[in-house]
Amino acid sequence: MEIISPEGLRIDGRRPEEIRRFNCRLGVLSRADGSAYLEQGNTKALASINGPHQAGDKAKIKHDRVHINFQYSMATFSTNERRNRPKGDKRSIDISQLMREIFQSAILTDLYPKSQIDIHVQILQADGGNYSACINAATLALMDAGVPMKDFICSCTASLVDSKTIIDVNNSEELHFSNPLLTLAILPTSEEIILCQMKSRLHADHLEDILKAGIKGCKDIYEIMHREVLNHVREAAAVMNAT
Amino acid sequence: TPLATSQRQFILNAIKSGQRLDSRNLYDYRPIKLQFGVEYGTAEVKLGASRVLAVTTCELIRPITRPEEGRLLFNVELSPMASPLNHSNDVIDRRIALERRLEQCFVESAAIDLESLCVIAGEKVWFIRVAIHVLDDVGNILDCASIAAIASLAHFRRPQVTVVGEDVTIHNRNEKDYIPLNIHHMPLCITFAFFHGNGCMAIDPTDQEEAVMESKLVMALNRHREICTIQFTGGVTLKVDQVLHCCNIALTKANEIIKLVQRMLND
Repeated sequence: MEIISPEGLRIDGRRPEEIRRFNCRLGVLSRADGSAYLEQGNTKALASINGPHQAGDKAKIKHDRVHINFQYSMATFSTNERRNRPKGDKRSIDISQLMREIFQSAILTDLYPKSQIDIHVQILQADGGNYSACINAATLALMDAGVPMKDFICSCTASLVDSKTIIDVNNSEELHFSNPLLTLAILPTSEEIILCQMKSRLHADHLEDILKAGIKGCKDIYEIMHREVLNHVREAAAVMNAT
Repeated sequence: TPLATSQRQFILNAIKSGQRLDSRNLYDYRPIKLQFGVEYGTAEVKLGASRVLAVTTCELIRPITRPEEGRLLFNVELSPMASPLNHSNDVIDRRIALERRLEQCFVESAAIDLESLCVIAGEKVWFIRVAIHVLDDVGNILDCASIAAIASLAHFRRPQVTVVGEDVTIHNRNEKDYIPLNIHHMPLCITFAFFHGNGCMAIDPTDQEEAVMESKLVMALNRHREICTIQFTGGVTLKVDQVLHCCNIALTKANEIIKLVQRMLND
């Protein structure tokens, strides 16, 4: 089965440079300081932020910065076959560690010394681009919580099929071939890369193309995220002005 | 013991002017010494003063996830002997990070032919376990471990098996000679350390440089100019040109080191 048909369409009818349908909502959980729900195609992620609050673990208190706790988990019903370990397996721990490093460099950590921010992202339905959805959801939730950041962090996946780049790869495209999968996260205003992770083999000559495709996908996602955050703030401001 | 502020400043200022404490250039590796053990599959690598030992073993197991493929697993041991940093609680995170990088570099890029390790589909497959022992952590043990791992895997010999119906006979060395693993390509990890925002970059950081570095980029490549994995997370932000620049440097470095490994294997 081909990933790109002779007419130039992918399995789900998209063009190679199209991202999936992107839906997001901020402020979905009432007890969290910030939360966001996001859908990228069929991948659904829910992020919640607790903090900044007093650091619970005395060992982790940093005197000049905030400590960030990140937990990434995939619900047991998120994949085709039931996942026995939603979190605590090697991959989740590794991903949580990576996410923590990314957000540590994007959040203005100097503003909250001796404090802690807990970020929890749960993937409710995994259809490819899980890590991207995780980063995007966490960014929106941080916006909702009002945590100051250098910029949005927008993430997208890209792959290379028959020398053609495709953006926002879904699960069947990820698994079907051993094509390289690039997960990229950027700060959209400066177009600088904050996460670059690539799986499987890619010929060095194609690196530039796949990076540029990934950056374009991230910027497309940024447009939608930015619009949604502005809408949310306008609604919140309207409510506050009314009371 | 954490680095003193004056030490940090000294190292950072030196890097800014393109110098390193061991008078290397910014893009130079420390001298690499590779030694094989008596047993097939034992390789010890010295990268400057960093020492890593890799031992490959095999056993027949029942496959869990993929019934027609063997399994390749990396196990990293970070003991407090190697570095005082391994006393702390986050040694588990660092161990998992190393294991995942090695998995991404070797397993997910299909460096070893796992289908040839299948004996009876769904019943018995070969389980290749590479145990990486970090003996001395003086910086950049990931690169050191990847060299040791690929040398160990290439050096390893497994027993031959004959299958008659449901019976599997493993022949010992006297009956049938042990055979090597089927290696598709030989990838290696190259680590770049970033200092001063993304102003300065150095290859193969020592432990002191790792303590002051702001971020690192790991790229795994093979001799066919294929990138097997890239891993870069935060700390600093990079532009596309810098990633491409790293790629070009990594290509030459990987080529040199793989040539060295293959030369040692042939001896």
